[in-house]
Amino acid sequence: MRYSLLNLLAQGFNGNKGWPTAWRACEPKSRYDAVIIGGGGHGLATAYYLAKEHGITRIAVLEKGWIGGGNTGRNTTMVRSDYMFPESAAIYDLGLRLYEGLAKEINFNIMLSQRGWMTLIHDRHQMETANHKTNWLHCNGVDGEIVDRDTVRRMLPHLDIDGNPCFPVLGAFLQKRGGTVRHDAVAWGYARAADRLGVDIIENCEVLGFERQGDGIAAINTSRGRIETDSIGVAVAGHSSRIAEMAGFQLPVTSHCLQAMVSEPIKPTLDHAVISPETGVYINQTQKGEIVMGGVLDLYHSYGQRGTYPTIEKVIAGTVEMFPAFANLRLMRHWAGIVDVVPDSSPILGATPVSNMYINCGWGTGGFKAVPAGGFLLAHSIATGKTHPTAERFGLERFVTNRLVDEGAAAGIAH
Amino acid sequence: MIVIRCPYCDELRHEEELEYGGEAEIVRPAPPESVSDEEWAAYLYMRTNTKGHHHEQWCCRAGCGQWFKVVRDTVSHEVHEILRFDGTFSHPTEE
Ligand SMILES: Cc1cc2nc3c(=O)[nH]c(=O)nc-3n(C[C@H](O)[C@H](O)[C@H](O)COP(=O)(O)OP(=O)(O)OC[C@H]3O[C@@H](n4cnc5c(N)ncnc54)[C@H](O)[C@@H]3O)c2cc1C
Ligand SMILES: [Zn+2]
Repeated sequence: MRYSLLNLLAQGFNGNKGWPTAWRACEPKSRYDAVIIGGGGHGLATAYYLAKEHGITRIAVLEKGWIGGGNTGRNTTMVRSDYMFPESAAIYDLGLRLYEGLAKEINFNIMLSQRGWMTLIHDRHQMETANHKTNWLHCNGVDGEIVDRDTVRRMLPHLDIDGNPCFPVLGAFLQKRGGTVRHDAVAWGYARAADRLGVDIIENCEVLGFERQGDGIAAINTSRGRIETDSIGVAVAGHSSRIAEMAGFQLPVTSHCLQAMVSEPIKPTLDHAVISPETGVYINQTQKGEIVMGGVLDLYHSYGQRGTYPTIEKVIAGTVEMFPAFANLRLMRHWAGIVDVVPDSSPILGATPVSNMYINCGWGTGGFKAVPAGGFLLAHSIATGKTHPTAERFGLERFVTNRLVDEGAAAGIAH
Repeated sequence: MIVIRCPYCDELRHEEELEYGGEAEIVRPAPPESVSDEEWAAYLYMRTNTKGHHHEQWCCRAGCGQWFKVVRDTVSHEVHEILRFDGTFSHPTEE
């Protein structure tokens, strides 16, 4: 069924009883042309673009839990494309451009809200860096500007701009096309769109091992049986090293816990997505009214997908420094996701030491904004056996040739 | 939250007082002139990223400043063993 105003009205009169399920619950078949491991945004988008752009439709997406139950459903939903190096700008802006047309393309409201992404500037050094970055963005054809203190005051009336001696605000970097996207809608929308093109989405199906044949893989052993396939796409974020280990190679990835939390819902008070490099806090208000807050990742290696008090304390303290009025709010929920951190804070895309396995990982703390691009590029690798020109600089071999794309240093906090 | 008793100053330290130093037992390949690019890449970047018992390094940063070795479960954060670098067994964690 197409989602439309007419159908919404018709279903409303019908007591909303006639909505069909968005995607089929599939039994795994014994063989597919391509199997995608990981039912997060990147995996689902890969399946969708494989079917749509390359006409391959005998595809399965294997997800050990539920669709979007990984980082895709746990992130703070902020999107932007203000990365510095031209090759990064190309990837992240591809992501944002695809998001801009996605709701229409897949007939699913992903609630893209381009409310503006603001990075606060607290001192003269940050002002210089922000100007430097903005110049780079303009060279890369990406929008971005510096706004002054009075503009910040107007845009963020609740920000403590005068009373806070620790974190003075000199201005902000603003990307107007940045903002938020409803995270679950991205997972559900891609799942539904892929399903409509014939892709089997198989939940509760964990990949447990591989059957090797020559320098490739012939079959996948899963918790729901053995599946043969011609090629494999891997998009499992924090669990990438586990899949690589099963396939017999190592990755330059460490898994860390990244946490986020939301307050009770309140009336609209915060119109933009804001990050402060000084407090490490990023914050926005959901359409439901909750204030969503996140901070820096836990600095030790972890697969413990749960929150911890030291981080909650740091994030709340930073938030209250910036927005003292939020001290009155009650915390509703907090949670964590396991993110895949790479030494240069750039993704790993393309071929692996296994001839028919392609990978998409290393997005770390900031891959939600790139979901459409990551899916598009992994689909290209699987379908053609070659890396798309946009992904060329992001191959695994860059760690051997030592040609890193150091966005950690270039674009500051990796979100 | 991670809580570890420092094997040098014998104080109970929690994660805010400690500094994480990554996977332990990563040995620099030698001699440099005969080490291949692949070996350098493995040494510099490739990690086991273990899910489960992980051998790693911690520093008693807010205390005595000593580095030491820990075997920790990376899912539960339970500490199974604490060791000094000279190999002398220190103690398993008390709870
Ligand atoms: C708290 C938090 C805040 C964040 N904030 C932002 C933000 O504001 N903006 C931004 O751009 N990014 C953000 N990120 C990062 C972003 O969420 C991730 O980079 C992105 O969602 C990764 O998508 P994915 O599809 O690769 O991974 P995931 O969504 O994690 O999907 C991977 C899937 O693989 C499955 N899987 C794992 N192992 C197996 C197996 N053996 N067999 C089968 N399935 C398996 C998992 O269950 C999971 O569902 C944040 C992350 C977190 C945790
Ligand atoms: Zn000590």
